[in-house]
Amino acid sequence: MYLPDFDYYAPETLKEACSLLARLNGGASVLAGGTDLLSHMKNELISPKALVSLRRIKGLDTIAYVAEKGLVIGARATHNDLAGSQVLRERYPALPETARVMANNQIRNRGTIGGNIVSAVPSADLPPILIALGASVVIEGPNGTRTVLLEQFFVGPRRSIIAADEVLAGIVIPDQATTGSAYCKFGLRRSGALAVVGVAASVVADGASVTQARIVLGAVAPTPLRARQAETLLAGNAVTESLLEEAGRSAANECRPISDIRGSEEYRRDMVRVFTKRALRKALNIPIQHTGEGT
Amino acid sequence: MDDTQGGAGHGKQYAIQLVVNGDLHSVFVKANTLLVNVLRNQLNLTGTKKGCELGDCGSCTVLLDGKPVNSCMVLAVEADGHEITTVEGIAQNDQLDALQQAFIDHAAIQCGFCTPGMIISARALLSHTPHPTEKEAREAIAGNLCRCTGYVHIVDAILAAAETEKKEV
Ligand SMILES: Cc1cc2nc3c(=O)[nH]c(=O)nc-3n(C[C@H](O)[C@H](O)[C@H](O)COP(=O)(O)OP(=O)(O)OC[C@H]3O[C@@H](n4cnc5c(N)ncnc54)[C@H](O)[C@@H]3O)c2cc1C
Repeated sequence: MYLPDFDYYAPETLKEACSLLARLNGGASVLAGGTDLLSHMKNELISPKALVSLRRIKGLDTIAYVAEKGLVIGARATHNDLAGSQVLRERYPALPETARVMANNQIRNRGTIGGNIVSAVPSADLPPILIALGASVVIEGPNGTRTVLLEQFFVGPRRSIIAADEVLAGIVIPDQATTGSAYCKFGLRRSGALAVVGVAASVVADGASVTQARIVLGAVAPTPLRARQAETLLAGNAVTESLLEEAGRSAANECRPISDIRGSEEYRRDMVRVFTKRALRKALNIPIQHTGEGT
Repeated sequence: MDDTQGGAGHGKQYAIQLVVNGDLHSVFVKANTLLVNVLRNQLNLTGTKKGCELGDCGSCTVLLDGKPVNSCMVLAVEADGHEITTVEGIAQNDQLDALQQAFIDHAAIQCGFCTPGMIISARALLSHTPHPTEKEAREAIAGNLCRCTGYVHIVDAILAAAETEKKEV
């Protein structure tokens, strides 16, 4: 497959990257792992005149806990960096678990969290769990840095609020009272399959009663979607099978899936019901029973 | 000046250095030259195959600093200064690697097109997980598609190679 020609830049600082992007005036794309960008260029879906690579920018792949700030993940951290991170495993194990069910090993060694977010593909696996954990993105531009809730980052399929001269520098997960979180992905194969439905949940629970819950649905709307009615149903209530079922039904109602080659709208809605319950059970640490009846 | 800091000019040539199978190579590439094409066309290492060219099939898998990646999805300029291992670098002189021998012994090859990528992914697995479970072996080659064998013999070969290496230590 032919990759059209382009100019290539590999600046050493974020500042330089932003001023290059500004100078190239919308004609350039940021290159991280390239797993999404290069396939699109090969398929001639986009043809940027220039690529600005992040590979020389130091410190962009670190994952660390910073006191007063929270957990900070550099935009160029790969999926396998997330999967293998000790500090993530200790604080937010749902995140490495999500990274591990993405793509395949080769792609996980190249694909980055920043690329997963900025590509803004509705089926992307990391945004739902990150939104469930209240993450923000740190965006560097020619005029400085801005921090935006990830929940407010996406505009539509492949569209976000990031400007052509901005670079996503990192992700911050704030300290929180969350007692458990989980992402449950439904793909058509066990590996290398995009999500047909992905549901992330995070909860603040006291024994069998939920104080607060966040449910974020992936692949069933133009952007990741909070199932706010389902969240409200749960808040302040004791967990029962029927409450979980009610929350699942509510989430199925709230989503706006399309029908495509991976599943019809109706099927996706029912899978949202099932996977919402599974994600909640996992976040609440209730064993999942496979009774065969859409549980 | 450091060439790979980039610059304007379509068709511009960049001088890069790659350590491939232990040997240092200095090559000129264009910005849109893919790593797989440098390996195959400039270094004549044709063991690395081109299949889907979109990161799905894994026939172009090489180790980049010890980690399996699809060389069809990596710009050559991005690999500047890094170490690459291709299937040609797996055997020690004339001595086949335990994995290569096990693939032969278990008839884990039919058409052979996926084999170099399989060997590379399996090598990476055994390097950090010397005693993999069957699940781990299957997971390690999940990004390498084989359309002939159904994977059973391939997984057998990987597990057998792990046994052989255990005995050798
Ligand atoms: C075989 C295969 C399987 C896949 N499976 C999955 C899967 O299971 N789940 C999933 O979610 N995705 C999957 N993907 C999609 C893709 O690999 C991931 O989304 C990956 O995280 C993209 O990251 P990247 O670093 O490769 O991005 P790139 O391709 O480098 O970039 C993607 C986009 O984001 C922009 N960009 C990247 N980083 C930044 C930054 N820091 N600042 C500003 N803009 C930036 C680029 O300009 C480009 O528009 C798969 C892809 C392939 C090829």
